[in-house]
Formats: sequence, structure tokens, C-alpha cells
Amino acid sequence: MSGMNEFIAFVRRHRVAASIAFLLVMPLLMPYQALAVNILIFGLFAVGFNLLFGYTGLLSFGHAAFLGVGSYLTGIGMVHMGLPWGVAVLLGVASAALVGVVMGYLAIRTRGIYFSMVTLALAQIVYYAFYKAERWTGGENGLRGIQVPKMEVFGFTLDFLNPNTKYYVILAFVAVALWFVSRLLASPFGAVMEAVRENEKRAAACGYDVDRTKLLVFVISAAICGLAGALRALHLSVVPIESLHYLLSGQAVMMCLLGGMGTFFGPFIGAGVFLTLEDVVTTMTRHWMAVVGAVFMFFVLFFPAGIWGSFMKRLDKSS
Amino acid sequence: MSVQPILEVEGLSKHFGKFVALNKVTTSFMPGKLSAIIGPNGAGKSTFFNVVSGAFPPSEGRLKFNGRDITGLAQHEFARIGIAKSFQITNLFKQLSAHENVRVAVQARHARYQIFKPRAAMTEVADRASELLERVGLAVHAKRPASELAHGQQRALEVAMALAAEPELLLMDEPTAGMSPEETVVMMDLITALAAERSVILVEHKMKLVMGICERLLVLHHGEFLAEGTPADIKANADVRRVYLGQG
Repeated sequence: MSGMNEFIAFVRRHRVAASIAFLLVMPLLMPYQALAVNILIFGLFAVGFNLLFGYTGLLSFGHAAFLGVGSYLTGIGMVHMGLPWGVAVLLGVASAALVGVVMGYLAIRTRGIYFSMVTLALAQIVYYAFYKAERWTGGENGLRGIQVPKMEVFGFTLDFLNPNTKYYVILAFVAVALWFVSRLLASPFGAVMEAVRENEKRAAACGYDVDRTKLLVFVISAAICGLAGALRALHLSVVPIESLHYLLSGQAVMMCLLGGMGTFFGPFIGAGVFLTLEDVVTTMTRHWMAVVGAVFMFFVLFFPAGIWGSFMKRLDKSS
Repeated sequence: MSVQPILEVEGLSKHFGKFVALNKVTTSFMPGKLSAIIGPNGAGKSTFFNVVSGAFPPSEGRLKFNGRDITGLAQHEFARIGIAKSFQITNLFKQLSAHENVRVAVQARHARYQIFKPRAAMTEVADRASELLERVGLAVHAKRPASELAHGQQRALEVAMALAAEPELLLMDEPTAGMSPEETVVMMDLITALAAERSVILVEHKMKLVMGICERLLVLHHGEFLAEGTPADIKANADVRRVYLGQG
């Protein structure tokens, strides 16, 4: 039993390594690669969203904007500007962060439900802007023609069309992002985020600039979701206009709650369960939303800490 | 050479719509003293506390700290220049442990936007937090979530968090509100000890409580200062007896 406890403590200390180890073998557990890639991308999206929602206590309903902007700008960089894929990914992330600065600046002036509504409204503005800019974005048809057949990395040539290679290239980006998020959460600033979530008044009385803290988290969260979007553009070779749809903002909330908000790996578990359920249930019935909705309700009602969160609590009690 | 007041209040007013909560009050506080603002309910004590502690700016008038004009500074800047407060209604980071509550408060003086250094490496911050918990008698409860502490312990945690800012001036809004008589005695002893090291201003509803320990009392009534002086002066003041003592 003590050996088990030591193992658990070891995994906790090395949560990034443990997460990456899990993600390295995940494709073996999945029916096919495209689903595994999707889980990677949406897991990262949910992790980015969780920084704001789970750790800072701000419920945004507009995070599809960052996923979409990350995708679109990566695509526009490659299709219209002829940028190499790596530079285009950077452009996507930077653009998402920039949109995050503007949306965050406007949204953090409000609280609670108003914050959620302002982020939702601003994300809809982004949606329509991209929808109307047909020359750049392809409008309703989405942005097509993003091609990454071969990648040259440190002298190696990688075949991105090979599903396995694609998975591990994307995982490399996700791994770096997870490492960054883990550092952030363990930093002094990570403690400030939680303090703001717990009590804004007290955080300000302690000497923390609450608005600036919120804005900084908002932008970091936007950048990580933008990276998820950029990777999705490479994965799909197109950017569908649905990338900016508020449905995806809602899915980020569901994934976080399902997996466990305010936990490091919960959002990833949430994304995995959500997408696997969607995949499996769609083959049985068109009404997959009803099934996923029922599962979601079950967890919210009986396991409010989410799958991963409840699991971690159980571990804490037994050790 | 005369000693400079630590806090000066000049013609301070606060209006909420048409209601005048504070009406052009002027006074000053000398460093190293324990003073109390007292007054019946609705006298404007909480408004006075909120304005001088930076929760909101005054409608009119000026506020000076060590001679420097601090009118309109943001709440977080008050803590940084050396004015800390404990709230009347307990404001804690409820899900976090007692130690983490104080640790975060201490950390504000060291790292606010530090993203890359692990906070586990900041041992001096954690150690200072432990010292402060010890000081207010909560060392044994360090690991418990703040929400699980008894009311009196939460109030003590409030004080530890205010002290974490290493303030020159400590403002306390009814520090014994809702406490049992035993807890009240412990808290008053703590306040007396704290006042030996820094300036303390209490806002208090229960006059008896502060009579024994404060050097100076100020009586607020209808948003104006009715009287100020030593506890003996206040006790002897006919106006105060009429509006305040007479009631109770």
C-alpha cells in the first residue's frame, strides 16, 4: 500500500511527464488516429480555457473565438501569405493572444453572468467578421488549401500525412504547452490566480491588482486556445467557419466540468470522454447530443468535481 | 520638530446618491497610537473605514498618508504603501488552507506577476506565513481549509493576512464582530500587542470594548465627528452621553 502511495506521490510531482506518457500511448487505446488527434487538440483547448474558468473563476462563453482565430490566422498565413507552417502557427497564436487582449480588456470590467455574456457577444462579433471577410476566410465554405505534406525539423523530414507522425508532431506542441501551464500553476502568479478566484476583495486588499491579473490570465488562456486552433488547422487542412461558433465555447465548458475544473489534467480527461462518447454514440443514433447531455448531467449532479477531480479527491482521502 | 501625522483626513465627504454618509470630516492620527472610531449604528463608521482603507474614493476631501496625498489610489495600492485592513465581514480565500491564505498575502510583497519561478522555492514567504499564523495562535490549524475554521479563528486569520503586508498602519473594522466573550478577550489582547509595534485604528460599535485599551476615541454621529479625546474625556462628554450612552 505504501508503495502505491509513493507511486501516486511520484506521479503528482511529475504531472507533466505523467500526462505526456499517457498521451504517448493514447493512440493505442483509440479506435483510430483522427479521434486521438482531436482529443489532443480539444484537450489543449480545454486546458487553456480551464486557466480562466477553473483557476481564476471567470466563466467565458467566448473561447471559440481564440480557437477560431488561431486556426484562421494559421491558415491565412499559409494560404494567402505563403508562410512556412511553423511561422504560420506562431502567427495564429499571436493573433489569438491579441484578440484576447481586446476581449479581455472589455470583458473584465464586468462580473458574473455579465462577464459571460460580454465574452459571448464579442466572440459573435469575431464570428461575423470572419464570416464576412470571404476573400480571406472563404466565408461559409471555410478556408481551404492548407497543406503540410512534409515537415523539415532539425534535418529530419516528417511525413505529416501519415496519421501516426501527425499525432506525435501535434503532441510535441501540446507537451510544451502542458509544461508551460504546469509551471504557471506552480508559480507565485498561479497562487494569485486562485486568490482572485476565491475572493477578489481580499486579493485587492493584499495588494494584488485584480484587473491586471485577470487580463494576464485571459491573454495566456487565449494564446493556449489559439495554439489548439493552429494545430487544428494543420490537422484538418481546412478551417471550417464552425471553428468560431459558440457551440465550441460551450463544449470547452462541458469538457472542463466533465473532467474536473481547476485540476491540471481534468480538462484533458473531459475532452477525451466527451469526444469518445460523441464518436461512439454517433454510430448508434443521430441523437448523440441527448446521450452526451445525460452523461454530463449525471456528472454535474453527482460528481460536481468531475471525473478527474473526484478521482483525485478519492486518492487524497485514501492516502 | 513636530511629528508628522501618519494619517490625515481633510474635509472628507461621501455621498451615496442624495444620502450623505460622511459630511466633511477632518482629523488626523499620530503614528504609534491605538485609536478607535466609535458611534451608534448608521453613524458612518463603515463608510469612514472604507474610504480611509481605499475600498472606494471619497466624494470630496483629501486623504494623506505620511504627508503624501493618497486620495483616489486603487485598493491594491493601499496595501503596497503600508495600509492594511481586516474586514468586518470575514473575507478569506475559503477553499485554500489557512497557511496558503497568509502565504498569498505575504507573497504580494515579493512576487505578483512572477510566472516562471516555482513558488515552492520561495521558502522565506512560506516561513513568514508560518510565523504570522503562530502569532495569531493558528499554527496548529495551518493545513485546514479556511472555510472549516471556527468564526473566531477566521477572524484571527483575517488579522494575520492584514499583518502579512507589514503595514505601518493597520485598520480594523469591528474585529470582534460575532465573537464569543472568550474569543473577544483573546482578540483584544492581540490588538493591544499589535498596537505596540504600529499605528492601529479600530472601528468599533461596542464602546465598552475600546474604552480600556485605546489612547484616543473619535465619536461619529450622523456622518460628523461629535467628539474626540481620551476615553475619560469621552465618558464625561455630555453630547456623547446623549446620543450614544443614553441609548444603550
